[in-house]
Amino acid sequence: MEISEKEFLAPGHRGCAGCGATIGVRLALKVLGKNTVAVSATGCLEIITSPYPETAWEIPWIHLAFENSAAVASGVERALKALGKDDTTVVTFAGDGGTADIGLQALSGAMERGHNIIYICYDNEAYMNTGVQRSGATPYGASTTTSPHGKESFGEDRPKKNIPMIMAAHGVPYVATASISYPEDFMKKVQKAKETEGPAYIHLSQPCTTGWGYDPSKTIEMGRMAVESGSWILYEIVDGHFRVTYRPMQRKLVDEYLNAQKRFKHLTDEERQRIQSHVDAVCAELKI
Amino acid sequence: MVLKVISTNMAVAEAVKLAKPLVVPVYPITPQTSISEYLAQFVADGELKAEYIRVESEHSAISAAVGASGTGVRVFTATSSQGMALMHEIIFAAAGLRNPIVLVDANRALSAPLSIWNDQQDTISERDSGWLQIYAENGQEALDSVLISYRVSEDNEVLLPCMVCLDGFILTHTVEPVDIPNSEDADKFLPPYKPEHAFLDPERPMSLGAFTDPDYYMDARHDMELAMERSKKVIEKAHQEFADIFGREYGLVEKYKCKDAETILVAMGSICSTIKDVIDDLRSQGEKVGLLRVRVFRPFPRDEIREALEGASQVAVLDKNISFGVGGVLYNNIKAKMDVNAYGFIVGLGGRDITPKHIIEIINKTKNPITDVQWIGLREEEI
Amino acid sequence: MVTIGAAVKEPGSTRKNKTGSWRTFKPMLDKDKCIDCDNCVLFCPEGCINQEYDIDYDYCKGCGICAEECPVKAIKMERD
Repeated sequence: MEISEKEFLAPGHRGCAGCGATIGVRLALKVLGKNTVAVSATGCLEIITSPYPETAWEIPWIHLAFENSAAVASGVERALKALGKDDTTVVTFAGDGGTADIGLQALSGAMERGHNIIYICYDNEAYMNTGVQRSGATPYGASTTTSPHGKESFGEDRPKKNIPMIMAAHGVPYVATASISYPEDFMKKVQKAKETEGPAYIHLSQPCTTGWGYDPSKTIEMGRMAVESGSWILYEIVDGHFRVTYRPMQRKLVDEYLNAQKRFKHLTDEERQRIQSHVDAVCAELKI
Repeated sequence: MVLKVISTNMAVAEAVKLAKPLVVPVYPITPQTSISEYLAQFVADGELKAEYIRVESEHSAISAAVGASGTGVRVFTATSSQGMALMHEIIFAAAGLRNPIVLVDANRALSAPLSIWNDQQDTISERDSGWLQIYAENGQEALDSVLISYRVSEDNEVLLPCMVCLDGFILTHTVEPVDIPNSEDADKFLPPYKPEHAFLDPERPMSLGAFTDPDYYMDARHDMELAMERSKKVIEKAHQEFADIFGREYGLVEKYKCKDAETILVAMGSICSTIKDVIDDLRSQGEKVGLLRVRVFRPFPRDEIREALEGASQVAVLDKNISFGVGGVLYNNIKAKMDVNAYGFIVGLGGRDITPKHIIEIINKTKNPITDVQWIGLREEEI
Repeated sequence: MVTIGAAVKEPGSTRKNKTGSWRTFKPMLDKDKCIDCDNCVLFCPEGCINQEYDIDYDYCKGCGICAEECPVKAIKMERD
């Protein structure tokens, strides 16, 4: 695996101090290299990197709308093929909103058609760019502006939509979950995605200091806590074969992770127990 | 050149074959469906060397078209009615990104109520998008206009996408003799697409689709206004070159027996063939009537329309669309841009048949107007 | 003058925007303590720490991730 020393995402972008999305993109592009075209959905990453007349992208990049990055990528991929540029990588960066919700149709279509693209969902678990509104990827119990906790509500009352499994059900040859806090694991997965013939999907957990409510310096620590508590599991599915790629030595209690973020602070013991039980059940099955 | 008796949808497919787009993302919808099918067969038989993307919706069709066009290749897509409406968001974006995409729309009424039959509401509703719009009267014109559209859209003075509009079922499914140009002549008229302005190439990285704050947006839109203005001359030049190679002449408008006409009808699309027949009949009876067919609707050929209508005492504008409370769009565009004694007529919505009897009714009502906008051909009990 | 379609032809042009003005705290890296683990290089959201562990203060927003993730505490955040 070749990891470029070059930065393919220039500084000066408008990301929050401590932004996790740009960390993810930088790591991914260090693996993918110069011969890459990136497609973005509308969202944090797109806005902070493309304030006309500036751009942070050092590679060709196109953005069109919120729900169609997979369709745009399909067109780019076919055009490159028609031009004989099969070796140019097409990578899509879309948020959880542009993937799990409004973007699901285009993603499903692109994956079903089997385009040779890498789709990386940077999941910060809400529509962060517009001010922390809930998405289908918002976890149970989180307080967002459209699922706020209040006198009669504890916040988001639906579990997180399982997009990686939906991708696996499409028969996508390479599906993986990743975290910016485990950069080697993530970059290995990006490399595998690059080597895959056909579509590859990586679901990247990306802590968000502004939306989750913690000190900017803790972005990597937050991602680590998610994985170490079993709240986020790192795995890959290669041609249908499932494999956990990281097992915490000693799985921590979920409470530590919940307490570290403003969006969960309000949860009662009952709700926290419900979350712990759910995590326990999932981890038991995977022997984590 | 080969003379074939084919449907307009097949004529469009033949035109696409000659235009040689490299990427064709297309989603089927009545009555465009056979275009998507003919193209699929051409690709399957190796007659059209394009990447055919079987997208899962029209929104994805136009999105993939922008992706491919942005990368730097010639693209084609087609749709109709609900599909065009679904594309709406991206139709505006494609023009804003200045992608020279060519799209054929089989004009069909918009739901609700649901209708698969013809009117022009679908493309008329996209008139603000920045796309060029051509309304074809017959199969030959449809074929020719696809080639002409690429020529105009890809011109560096224009760089705006173009939609060629054909009346659904009335044209798409009607079979006529069509002259199919040979490949060499088509290549002479339409050279390969070489994007000079924007493309996605790792050797020369660019960012397409940036966001603009109030300091930049309005100027980008004004640039489109200027490009639309410039497109008139580019269209006329393309028409001239087309005539030189293929012998068929087109204009922004077509004047049919307008010179000494007292009453002039203005209309777009296939209905003009019916109107021409009626005019021939009436002329033989000594009546001074004429037809102004608007072929290019965007850019709006204001000067050409004004000049053609100059001598008329009264003008009847037929619209296969409605802007509720205000009348048809062609009628309103004309009234807004020139001082003319014009009356609007709403006809043929949802495939309601327009017969010579209706045309005569329109001419009479124009000479004896009761009100500025009238609906023609409603069921008896409606009136 | 806006480019056609607002295309941005200059890659990496956000470099014109010096986000260093955003910070309140500034990371100070002690190269003697540094063990070359590259954590700070990988984890900087701006990518403004180079292979020699020089921090580009033109862009550093002072988020503190580098200081937090340094395994030998070679980076200290100081009031700027």
